[in-house]
Amino acid sequence: MKNIFDLFWTFAKMGAVCFGGGYAMLPLLEREIVQKKGWATQEEILDYYALGQCTPGVIAVNVSTFVGHKQGGVAGAFAATAGMVFIPSIIILVIANLLTNFAENVYVQRAFSGIQVCVCVLVLNAVAMLWKKSVKNKLGVFIFAAVLILSLFTDISSSFFVLTAGLVGLIAGKISEIKGDKK
Amino acid sequence: MIYLQLFWEFFKVGLFAVGGGLATLPFLYEIAAKTGWFDSASIIDMIAVSESTPGPIGVNMATYTGFKIHGISGGITATFGLILPSIIVAVLVQIFITKFKESKNVQNIFNGLRPASMALVTSAGIGVITSCLIFPKLLLAGNFADGLHIKGIIFAVVLFYLMRRYKLHPVLFIAVSAAAGLIIGF
Repeated sequence: MKNIFDLFWTFAKMGAVCFGGGYAMLPLLEREIVQKKGWATQEEILDYYALGQCTPGVIAVNVSTFVGHKQGGVAGAFAATAGMVFIPSIIILVIANLLTNFAENVYVQRAFSGIQVCVCVLVLNAVAMLWKKSVKNKLGVFIFAAVLILSLFTDISSSFFVLTAGLVGLIAGKISEIKGDKK
Repeated sequence: MIYLQLFWEFFKVGLFAVGGGLATLPFLYEIAAKTGWFDSASIIDMIAVSESTPGPIGVNMATYTGFKIHGISGGITATFGLILPSIIVAVLVQIFITKFKESKNVQNIFNGLRPASMALVTSAGIGVITSCLIFPKLLLAGNFADGLHIKGIIFAVVLFYLMRRYKLHPVLFIAVSAAAGLIIGF
């Protein structure tokens, strides 16, 4: 039970400062879940993101469910996800109720302009930190470069990239297995 | 009755919107057209509010829409409808993955997935940062003074340096940046 509450509370804290949705959650997860709590490894977080891209639903919710389920089963999955959406939902309800022109407010816009830059830099910094764990060989560099370029300059959907990359990984693994058998 | 309908509409969004927050947009337009609960203009409002408050954008949009239609309980119903399919699918996927974790094939698939996943996250980060700091159209027209947001770029570089140098909690950087935005504006 303590574990379930801990899950809820840890994700609630992350949800409260997670500006910009799923991707913005990566630096927070790296800090809170990997470094501080030890609930998942860096590799697992990356796997969760990859799976979150090609399974239906909001990515941040998928990732929360993965971590929560690993730690505390189905109850853990609900606790982590509920935690993640708890504070953002309250904030939205308050804003929708009281502040009709919240997003047009000049102070909100100015503060947000700083936060937006910061979140992007945080995300890029998290990528630099996770690089070694995720890109281990030439094939990895190739997949990374190809997906990055294509996703920046085309409108191909993320789930297509994820599915293709998984297939490439599978085939490359098979080829090296066959080569290994011959030796 | 309205609860059931709200729950069901957002359950479908959660089930079919693959790829995160903004993937829910086309579904919201569809709901607007079908039910008349809100119009396209209020979808723009929802996006603005969702993006400038913390939390997953898809979830924020569900809460906001639900509230506009049927108050606080509407907001909760829509949010619950949206996240339920994610939870169910993610739990099932994880049970499956854990079962086949030792399989060589599953490991090979993940070796391909991880770099792709990193690239998508990087691309999202680059996409947003360019949209607020660099304006390619003006650059191409030779207008370097307006094409680059110099103040913002310096701010981004300083932030990156501080993050690498002092491994502080992300929240601290977010708070400092909000203050910097208020004072300087980017």
